[in-house]
Amino acid sequence: MFFTLLKIELFKISKRPRTYIAFGALAVLIFLIQLALKANGDEFVGLLLSAQEDTFEIPRKEMLNGYFVCFFVLNMLLIHIPLLVALIAGDQISGEAGMGTLRFMIGKPISRTQIILAKYCASVIYIVLMLFWMAILGLFLSNILFGTSDLFIGRQFDVIVLEASDIMWRYLLAFLFATLGLSVIAALAIMFSVFSDNSIGPIVTATTVVIVCTIIQQLTVPLFENTITPWLFTTHMLGWKGFFYPETYQMVGENSGAVIKGSIENISAIYKSSAILFGYILLFLGIAIWQFRKKDILT
Amino acid sequence: MKILVVAILLLNLNLVNAQTDVEELVKKVKAKYEKVIDYEASGKMKTNVLFIKVPIANVKIYYKKPNKLKIKNENGVSFIPKGTINVNMNNVLSMKNYQVIEAGSEVIDGTPVTIVKILPEEDTEDVVLSKLYIDTKNLLVLKSITTTKENGTYEISMQYGEHSDYGLPKKVKFSFNAKGYKLPKGITFDYDNGAAKSDFDKAENKKGKVEITYSAYSINKGVKDEVFK
Repeated sequence: MFFTLLKIELFKISKRPRTYIAFGALAVLIFLIQLALKANGDEFVGLLLSAQEDTFEIPRKEMLNGYFVCFFVLNMLLIHIPLLVALIAGDQISGEAGMGTLRFMIGKPISRTQIILAKYCASVIYIVLMLFWMAILGLFLSNILFGTSDLFIGRQFDVIVLEASDIMWRYLLAFLFATLGLSVIAALAIMFSVFSDNSIGPIVTATTVVIVCTIIQQLTVPLFENTITPWLFTTHMLGWKGFFYPETYQMVGENSGAVIKGSIENISAIYKSSAILFGYILLFLGIAIWQFRKKDILT
Repeated sequence: MKILVVAILLLNLNLVNAQTDVEELVKKVKAKYEKVIDYEASGKMKTNVLFIKVPIANVKIYYKKPNKLKIKNENGVSFIPKGTINVNMNNVLSMKNYQVIEAGSEVIDGTPVTIVKILPEEDTEDVVLSKLYIDTKNLLVLKSITTTKENGTYEISMQYGEHSDYGLPKKVKFSFNAKGYKLPKGITFDYDNGAAKSDFDKAENKKGKVEITYSAYSINKGVKDEVFK
């Protein structure tokens, strides 16, 4: 029964025009980023290492490759994609309540919990498809347009270079982690959706929560850094990057300072982030189910 | 009074002899290094800079007289310190007009070395001062400290193997002054994975090190000018 319900939910999502807005928006954004980097990528890469140009020869051409472009795309878009997820998930219950189809649905011999879970699973499948689309355009198309080489990553205090043969598995895990991160947004939007009878409210509320959390996270104020920031879901949604932070040999020794191929600097931090994100999903879905089970559908 | 004059004259004579000795030594070393017209070599490059995390890279090293040197990572991304041109002693020894000053002796890894300072006489040279630690027996430079106008001071240690007849090392350790690196948090959106941050400003050792282990030298077989572009 659950799978039938899930199929129906997927069918409904596929019939909504707004579903394709996200795919279209992603295609346009990724194309614009690729175009910009193709035209002025040299300057951009140089900007990241401008302070080092006196000391090192900066291999701009090699640095600007498909893997770098994809990392740049993910870095930019995974902050904004929650808005696209909220657009679909925020409409799941409230949209049907607004149209009056919710009461027909609940009239069927299926539990309200199953309805929420089916809608959530449909949203997660939508996220998977969206990220797959991103991977095709951001990774594979970028690799064709820019070629492949080692991946350069600029962090606040250091730079990382990963060998070309040490990258694809990291992207695979990063996309899987991004799915988990965006699934939190889907759960959040569905939770707000249960409390509303129109689509706009939950979409805007979920989006606002994401924006506020992201701003708090970016504020380097000890008041937030030591209290709220470590527990924000937006903080842990960046966990996908953890797969690109490799371990290095100790600064003293034979291979001192060199990146260890196939390693992750701190895998336990990624486990912790995953656990926190799962916790948020359970919390948001729990609230959504609790509220939906006592929701009055007759008025 | 006579004794004092004689003593001063003898001392001067000794100094002149010592000066002639080091000039001769540098000439002999130079003659050895000048046997190399060009070379191409493969190598493994290890970079040890606090804020740079890179894998050990396979590089190609190209040299052509008088002072062209290029280190290339042909399959990936490597940050080559700009002063690596000085890893080749020919670049120091190829200066036309310079003064040689004896600066004592030392023992490096069990090998006695004579220390000489090389001061270019022309203002156009990028090298301001170079201190060479020369193995007088084998006529090889084991260590050099070179101060340049453009790229600061570099310390280079060399180990020699089968190509020591040409003065070409099997291993070069290159030490240089590194600058700090920092990007705004708002641009990087870093993930805090709990690992210690390598804040350069707070680091005690700010020296960068690069080590190149050479293999497969191809000497005096011709190197095209295009590789240096």
